[in-house]
Amino acid sequence: MTSSLLFNITTFAYLVSMLCFFVHLASRNEHIGTAGSYTAFGGLLVQTVAILLRWKESYDLGMGHAPLSNLYESVVFFSWTIVLVFAFVDFKFRYRVIGAFVIPFALLGMAWGQLGLDSGIQPLVPALQSNWLIYHVITCFLGYAAFAVACGISIMYLLVTRTGLEEEKTRKGFLSMFPPSSILDEINYRAIMVGFPLLTLGIVTGAIWANYAWGTYWSWDPKETWSLIVWFVYAAFLHARFTRGWVGRRAAWLSITGFAATIFCYLGVNLLLSGLHSYGGN
Amino acid sequence: MSHPYHSWGKALIDFFASLRLTISLFIILSITSIFGTVIPQGDIPHEYLHGISQTKLKIYESLNLFDMYHAWWFIGILVLFTINLFVCSARRIPHVWRYISSPLTVLDESVLSGLNCRLLIPLNGARIQNAKLQELIKKKFGTSIVTEIDSAVHLFSERTVISRLSVYVTHLSIVIIFIGSIIGSLFGYKGYVMITEGGMVSTVQTKSGKTVDLGFSLRCEDFSVNLYPNGSPKEFKSILTVVDKGGAAVRGFTRVPVIVNDPLTYAGLTFYQSSYGKNGNHSFSVSSNDGKSSQIILVPNQEVGRLPDGSLIRVTESTPDVSQYIPGKQGAAAQVEIQPANGGQGRSSVIFANHPDENVRNALQSGGPVIGYNGISGEKEYTGLQVTKDPGVWVVWIGCILLILGIYGAFLMSHRRIWIRITDVDITVAGHASKNQAAFTKTFEELADAVRKQISEEA
Ligand code: HEM
Repeated sequence: MTSSLLFNITTFAYLVSMLCFFVHLASRNEHIGTAGSYTAFGGLLVQTVAILLRWKESYDLGMGHAPLSNLYESVVFFSWTIVLVFAFVDFKFRYRVIGAFVIPFALLGMAWGQLGLDSGIQPLVPALQSNWLIYHVITCFLGYAAFAVACGISIMYLLVTRTGLEEEKTRKGFLSMFPPSSILDEINYRAIMVGFPLLTLGIVTGAIWANYAWGTYWSWDPKETWSLIVWFVYAAFLHARFTRGWVGRRAAWLSITGFAATIFCYLGVNLLLSGLHSYGGN
Repeated sequence: MSHPYHSWGKALIDFFASLRLTISLFIILSITSIFGTVIPQGDIPHEYLHGISQTKLKIYESLNLFDMYHAWWFIGILVLFTINLFVCSARRIPHVWRYISSPLTVLDESVLSGLNCRLLIPLNGARIQNAKLQELIKKKFGTSIVTEIDSAVHLFSERTVISRLSVYVTHLSIVIIFIGSIIGSLFGYKGYVMITEGGMVSTVQTKSGKTVDLGFSLRCEDFSVNLYPNGSPKEFKSILTVVDKGGAAVRGFTRVPVIVNDPLTYAGLTFYQSSYGKNGNHSFSVSSNDGKSSQIILVPNQEVGRLPDGSLIRVTESTPDVSQYIPGKQGAAAQVEIQPANGGQGRSSVIFANHPDENVRNALQSGGPVIGYNGISGEKEYTGLQVTKDPGVWVVWIGCILLILGIYGAFLMSHRRIWIRITDVDITVAGHASKNQAAFTKTFEELADAVRKQISEEA
């Protein structure tokens, strides 16, 4: 059994899960929705084993390190965190349809990783050999995953409230499966309320690591700057919300903007701009 | 605005305390920060400067966009941000402090009407000791304050009232981080030293070009590179010793291994492993233009040499075997930058040891002398260390800790309050939580059930 086989199974599980959720939306069959959730949880379990196995494999190859060191490993970890956060939301709020708007992000990550990226285990360059890097990556990606869920929820919110009519009247077809818009708004807010502290921890641990590695806790490198931009966008979201009552569609748009900035921070900076973090660029 | 402002001063304070300003600043900071990630900062590559138009260049330079995070207008936005943060918090803190220090311990109608969890239980003649009720509250909400007014007894308990302050801890922490970074930039510096194996330095070249006396010396006892099986670097290690003014090795700082991510700190200075290389002299043969005589010149690695015609030459990169970079060519090669003595345009070219024809072609193209490369001699390994003095870094870390605690408190801690009012005929239970209503409602209902049970036992 190799980790790469398990990652393929994971990808397949997320694909099946997503299809179940889509059928659930179209058919309004509860059982299929449940199947979607359980397939996703199964995938999460397999992926957990796969990540641990890859960790062990890196030791067998004589360059042991946590599997969080290049673009492939990070995108796999990102998918894992997204499904993990989805599992929490699913258990807490019990609205299956949410899966239809969240699992695609995880599937996209896994599919890109498995099909488009070099999955070889590479040795860790000296700058990346730090425990702070591990804390940094874990906290950042958990934060990103919470933002991904918030983004999926916000898309649902915009769909439900699309026509500006009374909500009940717009609920035709698959929209009738959606949670009430007030619940979507609430989950969006809660997800960001969890993601923001995690992102803050991610930025701080990143600064500590940079200080150990280069003697500068902040150097306005593009990656750092973009993480700050993301932080500002969500800080604006939170302040607008608890003080000016920015709820509803405007909050949803701000949440989507925040996630777009997050993705740019994660991928755009590595692929389009250059800087200290460009290790992920190939 | 329904009422006119009493004075300009108040209007100004209102402006600086406004949340509209906060949100605008968040958005302005996000957008302006993007410029600095797409426009190169610091050392701008020549190609970039040649690639953009003159007007663009002028605009960029006048707005300081090539060093925008230190530009006056960006710092200005940050100052405005800090004032906003400070004024807004300072204005609310007295109010919050009063809220914390004098809690509403009496459940009167005005308090009651603002609470979303409340319950009236008729006593129907039963008598209940309030000590029993206090016992019930104690588990989840701690010891209660008892107030007797107008023949009613009020019990009041609360948990984590301190979380009400966490917003201000968060805001303050950001100001502290700013203060730390200002201390660092005023009283600290960054620099770089290169120490050859066995060599010693006592000064450091700062980024701003000054030479600073360390007050001690640093000796590199040994430098080694460890490779992975595939040949990529696994670890760079310098063994460093601090030597005091009298020439003696400092105890505890002798033969300290320094690797990337594990620096050496001594006397407020921190030395980070950042690069390494070989020192030595590159040797070039420069032929006169008629090709008859030839002269050897030596150019120290990392330094500037002079060609017979007065041009400056610097080796930017060299290799003992060029085949991995330029397929089809072998042997040593050096990439050099030559700056003509007459101040003309500098040029960069590759000079080979084993391909004289290339070197001749090069000379014809540039109009300079024919130069050949003889490799590097007298090589010694050196270690490159980044040197940082930052007396503000601790302030920054304290700020970061407060930031995390503050955000934790603001988002994840809930201020929970519970009241019980006991009169001769009934009991009112009421509660409030600043966060996580659903969980609180559950706790509240459990408490209400316990109170009911107690009453029926007493009856
Ligand atoms: C980037 C920096 C900032 C961070 C991380 C931050 C964080 C926070 C947090 C965590 C809260 C509490 C949220 C809650 O109660 O649910 C909060 C509330 C608040 N913030 Fe900020 N803040 C920042 C900047 C600012 C600025 C510049 C202002 C300037 C006016 C401001 C004004 C406020 C106000 C008025 C509140 C509400 C306080 C209350 O409910 O009593 N914040 N902020």
